[in-house]
Amino acid sequence: MGKVIIDGAIVDNQWQRLEGDTLEGELPIGNIIVPLAYWQANRDALLSRGDVAVWLAPGEEPKDLEDDLGALPLVAIHFPAFKDGRGYSYARELRTRYNFKGEVRATGDVLRDQLFYMTRCGFNAFEVREDRSIEEALQGLKDFSVTYQGDVNEPRPLYRRG
Amino acid sequence: MYVYQEYDQRLLEERVAQYRDQTRRFLANELSEDEFLALRLQNGLYIQRYAPMLRISVPYGLLASRQLRRLAHIVRTYDKGFCHVSTRQNIQLNWPSVEEVPDILAELADVQMHAIQTSGNCIRNITTDEFAGVNPKEIEDPRPWCEIIRQWSTFNPEFAYLPRKFKIAVNAVPDADPALIGVHDIGVQLVHGANGETGFQVWAGGGLGRTPMTGAVIGEFVPWQDLLAYLESILRVYNKYGNRDNKYKARIKILVKALGAEKYRELVEQEFAELKGGEMTLTTEEVARIKGCFTAPDYQSADTAALDAKLAEDKAFSRWFHTNTRAHKQAGYRAVTLTLKRTGRVPGDISDEQLEAVADLADQYSFGELRNSHQQNMVLSDVAANDLYDLWKALDALGFATPNLGLLTDIVACPGGDLCALANAKSIPIAESIQRRFDDVDYVHDLGPLDLNISGCMNACGHHHIGHIGILGVDKKGKEFYQVTLGGRGDKLSRVGEKMGPSFESEEITDVVEKIIKLYVEKRLENEPFIDTYERIGMDPFKERIYG
Repeated sequence: MGKVIIDGAIVDNQWQRLEGDTLEGELPIGNIIVPLAYWQANRDALLSRGDVAVWLAPGEEPKDLEDDLGALPLVAIHFPAFKDGRGYSYARELRTRYNFKGEVRATGDVLRDQLFYMTRCGFNAFEVREDRSIEEALQGLKDFSVTYQGDVNEPRPLYRRG
Repeated sequence: MYVYQEYDQRLLEERVAQYRDQTRRFLANELSEDEFLALRLQNGLYIQRYAPMLRISVPYGLLASRQLRRLAHIVRTYDKGFCHVSTRQNIQLNWPSVEEVPDILAELADVQMHAIQTSGNCIRNITTDEFAGVNPKEIEDPRPWCEIIRQWSTFNPEFAYLPRKFKIAVNAVPDADPALIGVHDIGVQLVHGANGETGFQVWAGGGLGRTPMTGAVIGEFVPWQDLLAYLESILRVYNKYGNRDNKYKARIKILVKALGAEKYRELVEQEFAELKGGEMTLTTEEVARIKGCFTAPDYQSADTAALDAKLAEDKAFSRWFHTNTRAHKQAGYRAVTLTLKRTGRVPGDISDEQLEAVADLADQYSFGELRNSHQQNMVLSDVAANDLYDLWKALDALGFATPNLGLLTDIVACPGGDLCALANAKSIPIAESIQRRFDDVDYVHDLGPLDLNISGCMNACGHHHIGHIGILGVDKKGKEFYQVTLGGRGDKLSRVGEKMGPSFESEEITDVVEKIIKLYVEKRLENEPFIDTYERIGMDPFKERIYG
């Protein structure tokens, strides 16, 4: 079982993210994160399982999950490449527009140097890319002690913090 | 200028530590080229043709004399003794080493400077009129608003990995566009509402580069309290929907054009409806705090008797005065432009010794401050009338008093193929060749206002699209060619010039410019500037003269 950073600590990864092409036939048992399209096609069956989460690819917005967010324990936002920054806006929307309280997990090309920004946008879980040290990546959460803008964790910009 | 608080300083120091560690990991092969690329670009570091280039941020072009002295020290210690003023009011070093950049950043942080977000697909330096705060035509000082936007954009977590670079400019002058807001990703125009309250007309979707176009008005009147919420709304729409498959179609201008301004506005309004009135709302206290950093210096009473006498007796001084100094809000003061455009000098280049000399002049004559202009010149903004003669003498000795501001030989040029890896062709020798051809100062003055801009490639760092005459370096089968545009504007308004026709070889281009100028002289009405003649007679006569 791999490791994942959740709420600033390294813990065992309890979830398995499935790509679309692995979803032929029977689903694995245990916690799984399925693609949005698969979720939408099998929504009722998956909802009754209770251990299914959804991941969003770039171009798939939280709006597409709007009605299901109350029932989902986790939404993953996938980064095929770290330079594609759409996921930052998606995480923020999940938290501030849809008030999603579950886990928001970054998957894919997730690297130390982006974690601070990701945390501020509402991610609280990180599957660090496998070839990189998760312990080192954890340091990325501490890059700065100062932020000018408000964010998901501290909505007030610096000038309103008093 | 903005006074750093403890937290502003701490942020810079944490940034230096972060970047030092990123550099260490790159050199230890713990970061791939591609991963480091995005990180170093967000810190202004390009790998260039012969060496890296480091772009140092100069927020809205404003520099203090102690910062100039530190820059002098840096270019002497870490570079070859000179640096370059860019068309976005920043400073560029052309020969630093990758290993030493963290040390340079630490030296900069000591004087509240940095290279944060001077490149990469993020929000870049905020720019404005180089005469901001002293321009008698502005409705209020735009610099506090620039600083407010700077803080909001600095390490904004949501907008660090945009589809493409993002440039914001602020203008406070009605009926003119000294900050070029029309050709920025976002242009912010200060306006006053019916009751005199401050607000902003917000433009989006302008830009130069490969597909030049002027922006569209997205927000007709955004109250000052909502400025950041509105900008954030525009950015969020762009971050979500900007093209990420093709970098040539990734700027916001392409998205605004594809959706149409109406639709873009609708999407922005949806976001804005959620943010408006929320935590991002600017407070009276915060705006007052920032404005308090941009108060007028201790002006002395206006006495121009000595100036008037010198103007009457010294023709060279008088010419410089009328060309290179500008009217000021404060009676008895002038804003003085140091032209970094003497023939034989790379446009915008300045040496370590000159930086120190200019710092001394800023202390002596202009309250210790200086500005970079987007035309690659520098400005001493607050010079007492009676000091002008002595200042002129000092500037003349430095080679910064060439009386050509706004004239044909005040050429804007990117570093081009001599230094830049992106360039298709050289810019600097073309600028020099044109300056040498037009070496008669009287003739250049007789020609009147004329913007000539040269870019070495279609990335348009030399702003060729908005030159009255624009020259663009292109590559044709491995040879350097130059394309000419006419009728661009970056003065009263921003407008993209029109291509004249097939391109020219480097040996031909100066002759072509001369022919264009000769035709203008033949056709102009009395006191008619080049751009007005062009707009009156159109492209055809020029085409005919050049290609006919």
